[in-house]
Amino acid sequence: MRLSMVLIAGAIAAMSVAGSAQAGDKLLVGFSQIGSESGWRAAETKISKIEADKRGIDLRISDAQQKEENQIKAVRSFIAQGVDAILIAPVVATGWETVLKEAKDAKIPVMLLDRGIDVKDDSLYLTVVRSDAVYEGQAAGDWLAKATNGKCNVVELQGTVGASVAIDRKKGFDKVVGEHPQMKIVRTQSGDFTRAKGKEVMESFIKAEGGNKNICAMYAHNDDMAIGGIQAIKEAGLKPGKDILVVSIDGVPDIFKAMGEGEANATVELTPNMAGPAFDALIAFKTKGVVPPKWIKTVTKLYEPDSARAEYERRKDLY
Amino acid sequence: MMSMTHLLVFPVSAKRLACARNLPQLVGLGLVLLVDWLVSPQFFNLRFQDGRLFGSVIDVLNRGAPVTLLSLGMTLVIATGGIDLSVGAVIAIAGSTAAVLINSGLSIWVVIGSTLVAGVICGLWNGLLVSVMRIQPIVATLILMVAGRGIAQMITEGRIVTFVDPRLAAVSGGSAFGLPMPVVIVLAMLGITLLLIRASALGLLIEAVGINRRASANAGVNTRMILFLVYVWSGLCAAVAGLVLAADIKGADANNAGLWMELDAILAVVIGGTSLLGGRFSLVMAVLGALIIQAMNTGILLSGFKPEFNLIVKSVVVLAILFVQSPSLKKLLSRSDGR
Repeated sequence: MRLSMVLIAGAIAAMSVAGSAQAGDKLLVGFSQIGSESGWRAAETKISKIEADKRGIDLRISDAQQKEENQIKAVRSFIAQGVDAILIAPVVATGWETVLKEAKDAKIPVMLLDRGIDVKDDSLYLTVVRSDAVYEGQAAGDWLAKATNGKCNVVELQGTVGASVAIDRKKGFDKVVGEHPQMKIVRTQSGDFTRAKGKEVMESFIKAEGGNKNICAMYAHNDDMAIGGIQAIKEAGLKPGKDILVVSIDGVPDIFKAMGEGEANATVELTPNMAGPAFDALIAFKTKGVVPPKWIKTVTKLYEPDSARAEYERRKDLY
Repeated sequence: MMSMTHLLVFPVSAKRLACARNLPQLVGLGLVLLVDWLVSPQFFNLRFQDGRLFGSVIDVLNRGAPVTLLSLGMTLVIATGGIDLSVGAVIAIAGSTAAVLINSGLSIWVVIGSTLVAGVICGLWNGLLVSVMRIQPIVATLILMVAGRGIAQMITEGRIVTFVDPRLAAVSGGSAFGLPMPVVIVLAMLGITLLLIRASALGLLIEAVGINRRASANAGVNTRMILFLVYVWSGLCAAVAGLVLAADIKGADANNAGLWMELDAILAVVIGGTSLLGGRFSLVMAVLGALIIQAMNTGILLSGFKPEFNLIVKSVVVLAILFVQSPSLKKLLSRSDGR
């Protein structure tokens, strides 16, 4: 077992030497990005370039425009170019076996970013770098429980029905609610992860509950819905962040702006820096043969209004 | 005496006929509103706040505005036997155009004007494909449905472009005559459309084209121009809806603005009793159809149902309304009447 590992590491090392002959002592990494469907995705791409530069890695990014077939083509072309490693942010979970087998045969390690995939043989990829969405929901819940001494009627804006992120972020939050007998979710509906729908849903919640008498906080599965909800709260003549507390997840620039203006209370960051930990694991794997765990969890951090302005300035050009 | 009743009979029965034709929609709206009231007893409560009416019924009118606007253009397109799948994408283009232009410091009227022109250009493109190139409308407008969202993403560079200009935000957040601005805009657009269509022969010509394009062309109708006009009007209505939606969230979300809204607009037209085969159409009933859809959406949100049920509840209600409208059921009912 150990011997084979050493052999594989040796083979990879030999290949990276061969690769470095062309790329001038640099690791050559191919990155198949989904596309640029959201500000977060654009930030992930930008940060992956910055993180690659920091480590002297030659990063080649291919934009798949939301199509798996384009990603598979990109991976094949990376294999043909003889890259040292391939990063994939998979657009869907299925259909990866064949192309990952090809990468494995070419002895090129594959790392997944942001999302997992369904494959029977998990040796087809080295590791997946992604956040723990259940923990994100839990962190939001913990903050709210602490801020309200465990006594709060919450309205919840869920993500798209059936989306795994929405299910997990609900699960984590529900866990905290279950631990506090005086904390409960009075209304929950899907806001489809969008500002417009978040606003419409929150508007109806306020009507249904007759103002904020029965609502102490709004928990949104993403910042965009929270921003829509904040507008609905304002238009109902209430003060978001005071009359109704606002906690959400993602950490996009606009929510920091809202926090700076006192209209939101906390956001749990989903870091767009997925590539940094992946590069670190890759370098450790290449140079020291350290096999990373199958799931590298990114750091989940909760931000409050005190740092909002600085965080906004730091992020506004990335997203 | 006899002659007088004789005189009266005809208009009364004609009116009754029109009423019977529109009965399913009216009953449908009534039932949906009744259910709304049952799930949320304060549904019909109205109060005056910040110079405008405030309440769930107003929300239905306000939130229903974008689909209602789309349904105005869509009714005319469908009356010609066509369909416009691109309106959702045109909303995204219009919203993006408005947000980017207002941020570049142009005056509000230039921004609104350019946004409407963008909608008209989209309509001209569809009109060109359908009337000159004679491409099937469903395919012709599918092109812009797909490409349009891409164009919108290019305009916004893939991010949600937010703006703070209070005058543009007032397109959705403002009010006039005690009503939210979108409701006023819908009423104005409905008025203008009705005036254009019914005060001239245009409505008749549109129906003629929808029933038989070749026959109307032979009869001297400029079918090409009529088709251009309906797609341009649909594009314009979509641009207005795009303005309202962008103003609503004070930002342009190219990925999500108006997504799948073309389907709701088509549904509104069909619920309104206009046949997808073209011909006779009713703008007012399409507006009613849009309101039924929105009353249902708002009701679902107020009800506290689990979100997993949203689509099922919606489809059951739509099915019920279409079922009541179905010609076979009508035939069955009139037979049991003994007529």
